[in-house]
Amino acid sequence: MPEKVNYYVGEQSLRFPREVYITASASVVGKKEGEGPLGKCFDMVCGDDKFGEDNWEQAESTLQKEALALAMGKGKLKPEDIRYLFAGDLLGQNIATSFGLMDYEIPLFGLYGACSTAGESLSLAAMCVGAGYAKTVAALTSSHFASAEKQFRFPLEYANQRPISATWTVTGSGAFILSGKRSRIRITGITTGKIVDMGVKDSMNMGAAMAPAAANLIAQNLEDFKRKPEDYDKIITGDLGYVGQEILIDLLKKKKIDISSVHEDCGILIYDKEKQGTGSGGSGCGCSAVTLSAHYLPMLERGAIKRILFVPTGALLSTVSFNEGQSVPGIAHGVVIEQEGERES
Amino acid sequence: MMDYINAFWVGGLICALTQILMDKTKMLPGRIMVLLVCSGAVLGAVGVYEPLMEYAGAGASVPLLGFGNTLWKGVKEAVEQEGFLGIFMGGFKASAVGISAALVFGYLASLVFEPKMKS
Repeated sequence: MPEKVNYYVGEQSLRFPREVYITASASVVGKKEGEGPLGKCFDMVCGDDKFGEDNWEQAESTLQKEALALAMGKGKLKPEDIRYLFAGDLLGQNIATSFGLMDYEIPLFGLYGACSTAGESLSLAAMCVGAGYAKTVAALTSSHFASAEKQFRFPLEYANQRPISATWTVTGSGAFILSGKRSRIRITGITTGKIVDMGVKDSMNMGAAMAPAAANLIAQNLEDFKRKPEDYDKIITGDLGYVGQEILIDLLKKKKIDISSVHEDCGILIYDKEKQGTGSGGSGCGCSAVTLSAHYLPMLERGAIKRILFVPTGALLSTVSFNEGQSVPGIAHGVVIEQEGERES
Repeated sequence: MMDYINAFWVGGLICALTQILMDKTKMLPGRIMVLLVCSGAVLGAVGVYEPLMEYAGAGASVPLLGFGNTLWKGVKEAVEQEGFLGIFMGGFKASAVGISAALVFGYLASLVFEPKMKS
C-alpha cells in the first residue's frame, strides 16, 4: 500500500504511489505513413485511407477501433478487462472517438488537447492506475489527414493548394494499455503543461505556435525532477516540425538549457521530407502516438534507450477562434517513460 | 489560330500572376478570389477589361477577373435601365448563368466522383 508521502514533484509534476507500466501498445496508420521512414515499424498499414468506410470521419473511427483491438490483442485482454478509456481526436465534439469506441462499452473519458492529446491521455491514464483507481486502462488518440483538412483547413473536394510550410496531418491511431502489472516499460512521472500564448496568428505555422509551450514544459520538467537534459536519452516532442524544433532549441538556450543533442520530433521522423513532399513534417494527435508506439517503446524495451521525456504539443485553435482573429495558443504535456530493468518481483 | 494563342497566353498570365500571389503572400484562397473579382470589376469600370476580352476571348472571360467584369457590366446596364434599383439587380442577373452552371455541374461532378487523399 502507498505510504504517506507527497507525490507532488515541483510545481507541475507528479510521480505515482503505485508503479504504472505500459504493458502493450499498437499503431495503425495510412498509406503515406506506411511509405515513410518508420513504415516497417507500424503494426498495421492500411492501403485504403478510407479503411473501408463511407467517409473520412468514419475512417478515423475505424482507425481507433482497430488500434485498440490490436493493443488489447497484444496484451491478451478483453474489453471487460479495461476499466477506463482515455481517448481523443481532432474532430469537432470528438466524434472519431465517440463513434469508434462506442461498441466496446468501456467507460470513457473523451479528451481534447489538440495534438497534445496523446500526452494528456497517457498522463490521466497513468494517474488513474498510479492512484489505484483501476488495474488496467487504455489511452488512445487518432488523427486523419482528410478529416483534419476538412475540420481545420479546406475539405479535399475544394482542391485547395497547400502552402509548402504547412504540416501534414498524420493518418494514424496509437493505443496504449497501462496497468499495474509489471512490464519492461514504466511511466515514472508526468508534467502537465499550461496554455502558452505568444500571439502567433498563422494557422499554417503551428510549430511556431506550439514551440513556446514545449519549451516551458521541458524547462519545468527538468526543474521539477531536478534533472539535466542529459538525464534523458531523448526528449521527444510531438509535432513541432522543422521550424518549431529550431524555435524550441533557441528558446531553451535562452534559459541556459541545451537540448539540441537529445531532442527529436515525431513530426520530423515520420515522413521523408524530400521524397514525400511533406513540408514542415507531420502533425496531428496520431503523429506522436504512433511514433511512440512503433518507434520509441520498442527501443525502450530493447534497452537501446533508458529514459525519455515524451512531450506531445497541441495548438488550441478552432476555425471559429481563428476566423474571429484570435491567436493560436499552445499546450504541451510531458510523460517520463523509462525502461524497467530486470529485477526480482 | 491566333485567337487560341492569345486566349492561352492572356489566361495563362492571369493564372501565373495569381499563383505568385498565393505563393509569396500569406493570403488565404478566399481573399485572393475576392481580390480577383473586385479587380475585375474595377478594370471593367475603367474600361480596360472589355478590349482585353475582345483580344483574348475566353482567356480573359473565364478567370475570376472576367466574373468581376461581368458583375460590373450587369450593374451598369441595369442602372441605365432601372435607375437606382439596378445597383441591386444587375450583378445577379448578369452572373446568374455562370453561378447556376457552377452549381449544377458541381453537383453532377459530385455524383460521379469521390474525393481522394492527397499523396
